[in-house]
Amino acid sequence: MIDDDFVKALLEGRDFISVKHRVDCLTLDCLPDSLIGFCKHLRDDQTFDLLVDLTAVDHGEEADSRFQVVLHLYSLIHKSYVRLHVACPDNQSPSIPSISSVFPAANWHERETFDMFGIKFSDHPNLKRILMWDDYPYFPLRKEFPLAGIEVPLPAADVAEVTGADVDPAPMMGGPFVASGNGRMSEAEPRAKDESWTEESEKPL
Amino acid sequence: MISNEVGYNSKVEGEVIVTRADSVINWIRKHSVWPMPMGLACCAIELMASAASRYDISRFGMEVMRFSPRQSDCMIVAGTVTYKMAEVVRRIYDQMGDPKWVVAMGACASTGGMYRSYAVMQGVDNVVPVDVYVSGCPPRPEALLDAMMKLQGKIGNESSVKNLSKKPESTGVS
Repeated sequence: MIDDDFVKALLEGRDFISVKHRVDCLTLDCLPDSLIGFCKHLRDDQTFDLLVDLTAVDHGEEADSRFQVVLHLYSLIHKSYVRLHVACPDNQSPSIPSISSVFPAANWHERETFDMFGIKFSDHPNLKRILMWDDYPYFPLRKEFPLAGIEVPLPAADVAEVTGADVDPAPMMGGPFVASGNGRMSEAEPRAKDESWTEESEKPL
Repeated sequence: MISNEVGYNSKVEGEVIVTRADSVINWIRKHSVWPMPMGLACCAIELMASAASRYDISRFGMEVMRFSPRQSDCMIVAGTVTYKMAEVVRRIYDQMGDPKWVVAMGACASTGGMYRSYAVMQGVDNVVPVDVYVSGCPPRPEALLDAMMKLQGKIGNESSVKNLSKKPESTGVS
């Protein structure tokens, strides 16, 4: 049971964590340098032994601490979650220690977070892209990256040479694209909400 | 006496049929299309349904799904083609022997569908030549069967003899 006594005992002697809020579950800010040790403590001594999720948040280029890694741990004994927020100290080349030595499941989660946000996880056994191809030059979930994408060459040069194809920004006119879900099947296809403009005719002001 | 027989009459015509080479070749080809299921997303589930007993693609002579490109002649691209996967689609296409056809099944394979995104190729026709597009998200098995019958119609009108001596348009990717 996560009650006030539990939180008080958890905070005692650990000045590197602080309670952020307890709205839906106990949410703690944690300093990056103490993350591995604290995760070990949560896993071995507090039964939070299931890493549910590891991802990150980009707070925008103006933010003091731009990138924040978010971990969700679950305890099958307490039947509740603990959420850890780890702010990355450097906005230009964000980096925090890898917890894949504590939770092996974090391996691919950290690779995905690196792929999408460009956050480096030091001492990770195999930190390379997992979704995009290895040579992809951008981090797609960063705030400054456009949803449509940026033009780059296709991953395979020989295929690009034969087909003339490359990675183009996707056409965004009329988006978002939704399926109405009712009516006749032929009319329920996903389609643009605003069909008043196309690649040929300009968007009306 | 009025004969009710229609078609080939062995008594009148003997054991000889006169026809055009194109007709024979196309007739053979279109009734034994061997599809290669390039299942990339949920469309592949509908593709499997078309092969199962309720819709039964074998009624049209194309039930021999081969998972090796070297044994098949019609690639059914069923699903979302990401830029990372586009390379693989093209390589598999190039490993298929001529003559070969491509069916883009569903909105994603045809145009990128609802994925207007940095990761998704906006139509598989950017990397392979598509013969038939099927709309739907995903298309029902009937739509796929209709597309395959349209493909049969297309195969039936090809100049197959002329194409035998034609040089391939691209050397392809190995």
